[in-house]
Amino acid sequence: MRHLLSIADLDRDEIERIMELADSFAEVGRRDIKKVPTLRGRTVVSLFYESSTRTSSSFELAVKRLSADLVSVKAAGSSVDKGESLRDTIATLSAYEPEAIVIRSPHAGAAQLVAQWTDAAVVNAGDGKHEHPSQALLDVYTLRERLGALDGKQVWIVGDVLHSRVARSTAQAFTKMGAAVTLCGPPPLIPRAAAEALGCAVTYDLSGLGEADVVYALRMQRERMAESFVPSLREYVANYQINERRLGARQLLMHPGPVNRGVELSDDVIEHPNSLITQQVRNGLFVRMAILYELLAGGERPRGAREQGAAEAAVSQPIGEPA
Amino acid sequence: MRRIASLDWRASGSAPEPVIVRGARVLDPRAGIDAPHDIVVREGEIAELAAPGSAELEGAEVIEAEGLVAVPAFFDPHVHLRVPGREDKEDIETGTRAAAAGGYCGIIAMANTNPPVDTPGAIDSLRERARLDASVPVGFVATVTRGMRGEELTDMTELAAAGAVGFSDDGLPIRSARVMRRALQYQAIAGLQIALHEEDPELSGSGVMHEGEVSAAVGMAGIPSVSETVMILRDAALAGYEQARIHVQHLSAAESVEAVARAKEAGVRITCEATPHHLTLTDEAVRSLDARFKMNPPLRTEADRQALIEGLRSGVIDCIATDHAPHTRQEKEVPFEQAAMGVTGLETAFAVLYTDLVLPGVLPLELIVERLGAGAAAFGFEPPALKPGSEANLTLLDLERTWEAGADGWESRSVNSFAAGRELTGRVLVTIAGGEVAYRQRSFAMGVAQ
Repeated sequence: MRHLLSIADLDRDEIERIMELADSFAEVGRRDIKKVPTLRGRTVVSLFYESSTRTSSSFELAVKRLSADLVSVKAAGSSVDKGESLRDTIATLSAYEPEAIVIRSPHAGAAQLVAQWTDAAVVNAGDGKHEHPSQALLDVYTLRERLGALDGKQVWIVGDVLHSRVARSTAQAFTKMGAAVTLCGPPPLIPRAAAEALGCAVTYDLSGLGEADVVYALRMQRERMAESFVPSLREYVANYQINERRLGARQLLMHPGPVNRGVELSDDVIEHPNSLITQQVRNGLFVRMAILYELLAGGERPRGAREQGAAEAAVSQPIGEPA
Repeated sequence: MRRIASLDWRASGSAPEPVIVRGARVLDPRAGIDAPHDIVVREGEIAELAAPGSAELEGAEVIEAEGLVAVPAFFDPHVHLRVPGREDKEDIETGTRAAAAGGYCGIIAMANTNPPVDTPGAIDSLRERARLDASVPVGFVATVTRGMRGEELTDMTELAAAGAVGFSDDGLPIRSARVMRRALQYQAIAGLQIALHEEDPELSGSGVMHEGEVSAAVGMAGIPSVSETVMILRDAALAGYEQARIHVQHLSAAESVEAVARAKEAGVRITCEATPHHLTLTDEAVRSLDARFKMNPPLRTEADRQALIEGLRSGVIDCIATDHAPHTRQEKEVPFEQAAMGVTGLETAFAVLYTDLVLPGVLPLELIVERLGAGAAAFGFEPPALKPGSEANLTLLDLERTWEAGADGWESRSVNSFAAGRELTGRVLVTIAGGEVAYRQRSFAMGVAQ
């Protein structure tokens, strides 16, 4: 894998490989010393054009746990604020010869453009409403951890699909891993031709929710009312909120965060034993370590059957004294 | 109808030298001509179609054209020359050079400049500039509304008197039905065509591409095809009611072709155009997220493309226009949603249509040639023709030649061609406008008769 730009680019084997690597890093995460020297001497640039708490902190911690050097640039207060173009910013940061650039942008295709302009491996940490592949990979990892495999599982993605890069990436990733995905939300918030585009079923009400093994709720932004996508938040809550009454005893609950409590999720389900929301965040770290490892060191390890062992070897040595 | 060379250009008022085009296959579908001839061009007119190798004319420049096809030159009713205000993208000199290189003997420049062309003084100064800089005749439309704000009409009769060739707020729709109706009423005394960019801004919203399967997959806001269709239906109804005439620009959707067809059947005086990019590409190209495929109206589905082709074949679509829209690199080398709308098209129009529609047998060469010239008639100009007595507007084509679009650079100042890098078949070698050689492809040798 040269870059991680979209789930659409990946096949099932590539997703599986990231999952196996993430298992190794999860093992590291259970140790007392959680840092490994794997990417020592490498430089990773983290470039965030949108505010982000969990994705940026997760990637940055992943970089540090792998012992790489981190250059973190946020749009606010940077030259981006002063009107520098994306292309010029990338040219500037490329002068540090980073091995990887992690980019979050409000615009679809930004990561792909950056990949054309730099020699570094590019990780798309969210581009507009297009894709958020690392989120989808951590979602697959989290479900796989709980269910073993996704094959034949029914996943319902509920809410504002139109404005959600998470929905687009996650629906594709779940489908590639063998799950059957249903998109559910108010008609104006489900893209036209979504079923054909994403290979999912589409429905506009929760009456069939009982069939779902997993309910994946999306963040419902309050401003959608002003654009008349929904008549009112109250009406949205009445029709689409996932609450204790709607969530069955054996159904798992996921959410990409941050949650609008009392809107897409009721308070009671967030803390529910079937809620995987905290595990998603925790696993995000291991999956992002796996992504960086795969992109920066993946080519160096032997291919084929020994792959897993090689990954294990790469992470086996904890940081103790300087090498 | 007016002659094209009566528009302003560098050769305005000069007496062109005689030219003989020797031995070409002469193809003028409208006149029913398709045979080898020597074409004798004298005093700006086609003087004679003589037997191949027989024409003699003292002092004439002779263009050896055996193996080549001479067709009536093309006329583009929809070009953005960006003057005044954005000469960093294009100007009259570079834009008309691009037109000549594309086989065009005349073009009409849109008025959505900075500031918009909405006063007789602005028309005067553009015409003067064209007489200095333009390689081919160029007409300028004025805006329908002052400042293109869609609120008050421009001084349409005075603009017509100053030499505007039509009216258009192209780039923007005329949002208000009341203002649209007033413009159509005023056409009765101002004359001239009114060309319309049809789009309901409420429905287009923040859209950047066609709303459909691809926009759902890539997560970019869509422009529904109905945004175009509802405005065509509105304006066709208004034009019918006021017995006015309108020209619908850049049709993109199947439902829009249907709307124009029904208006024509009902007797509305309506003409329309389609672009080479809408005739050859679909929104599948946008999956690449490459801003070279961003324009308004957007590339739509294969069903829409097929409807445009069918419309061209049936004659519902009167002509082909490029909507040549130059932009700087900085405006295109950005993420798709941020990029400027528009693509260049003058220099590749024929080759793209020949490669993608004629060679695969979708449409005949004759039809493409006819529709590439027919835009003239929609604005009251004589369409280019090769029968004796016609104004000498002709293009020499090498239908065997393959070339990589943009490999030798562009005449246009901008490089945002949707076809850049493509291998195309069919190349314009010479363009003659009003009897003057306006363009000759570098590699093509020329000589002067004894």
